Amino acid sequence: MASAPSDPPQLVTTKILIAGGFGVGKTTMVGSISEIRPLRTEEPLTDRGVGVDDLSGVERKSTTTVAMDFGRITFNERLVLYLFGTPGQERFWFMWDELALGALGAVVIADTRRLTDSFPSIDYFERRGLPFVVAVNCFDGADRHRAEDIAIALDLDSGVPVLLCDARDRESTKEVLVSLVEHVMRWETPEQASQ
Amino acid sequence: MSRSGDQWLDREAGPLVRPYAMTQGRTRPSGDSFDLIAVVAATGEPAGEALRYSPEHQWVLRRCERPVSVVDLASDAGLPLGVVRVVLGDLRDEGLVRVVATIERSEGRANLGVLREVLDGLRAL
Repeated sequence: MASAPSDPPQLVTTKILIAGGFGVGKTTMVGSISEIRPLRTEEPLTDRGVGVDDLSGVERKSTTTVAMDFGRITFNERLVLYLFGTPGQERFWFMWDELALGALGAVVIADTRRLTDSFPSIDYFERRGLPFVVAVNCFDGADRHRAEDIAIALDLDSGVPVLLCDARDRESTKEVLVSLVEHVMRWETPEQASQ
Repeated sequence: MSRSGDQWLDREAGPLVRPYAMTQGRTRPSGDSFDLIAVVAATGEPAGEALRYSPEHQWVLRRCERPVSVVDLASDAGLPLGVVRVVLGDLRDEGLVRVVATIERSEGRANLGVLREVLDGLRAL
């Protein structure tokens, strides 16, 4: 009864995370390629935040929210890709697990003037075993570094792509995402996955 | 200017009804939660009495006439995800809404067919 033959085609949704330090260009990158202005929605702080946020004395207060930004790319009527900017503040780590669950992979945006800001994101994805690429946002006035030097400075495993990008530029963002998906596909092939 | 009361009304103050008042204080749905990018759709069952809840339930149910992701629903409704999840849980309990697609949790590995399609889609942008 509910499943009439006229059911619309199955919609598949997938997601990529855009991570990096505060102010590094996450929302800018999402906005450069999203078909919609980056949207903001809110996630309730649940018991997963316990231990991160001190809830003692306010145990019943479970409606604290954290805003998160996301964009969307509709490839066709069956396939939609979401881009989620990860919350910058470390107190919202608990949200990363939900965001990362089922994600294809992640882009870690780095700024050469403060590379250390990208360490927490890189550590998180390495620990979780989620494939990622590093996109170095070339801010005006920042020194240009060679991608190889940056890979060394970040102590990345060999094989993790490092790209220079301009997070404001659609073509540049597209290149970063293509590079990520290619990396994920290499990662997913059984010969390499078993290593 | 700096009176403490002023802090309660800034431009992001949002609706004057506390969001979780719509859910009678519930912060999570009954049963399984709804993944951010899970796709939900109306089952087509007549709503009948089930729409006694709130205008938000009616709005969400209407929006589900076409399959829609949970995060798009929340964003379109301008409601916190938690509220939308509770509302969806109510509608699911009534048999009015169901999850038609959710992320694959097994192995945590992406489907190669989907990856290829995403790659082609990105290149074609």
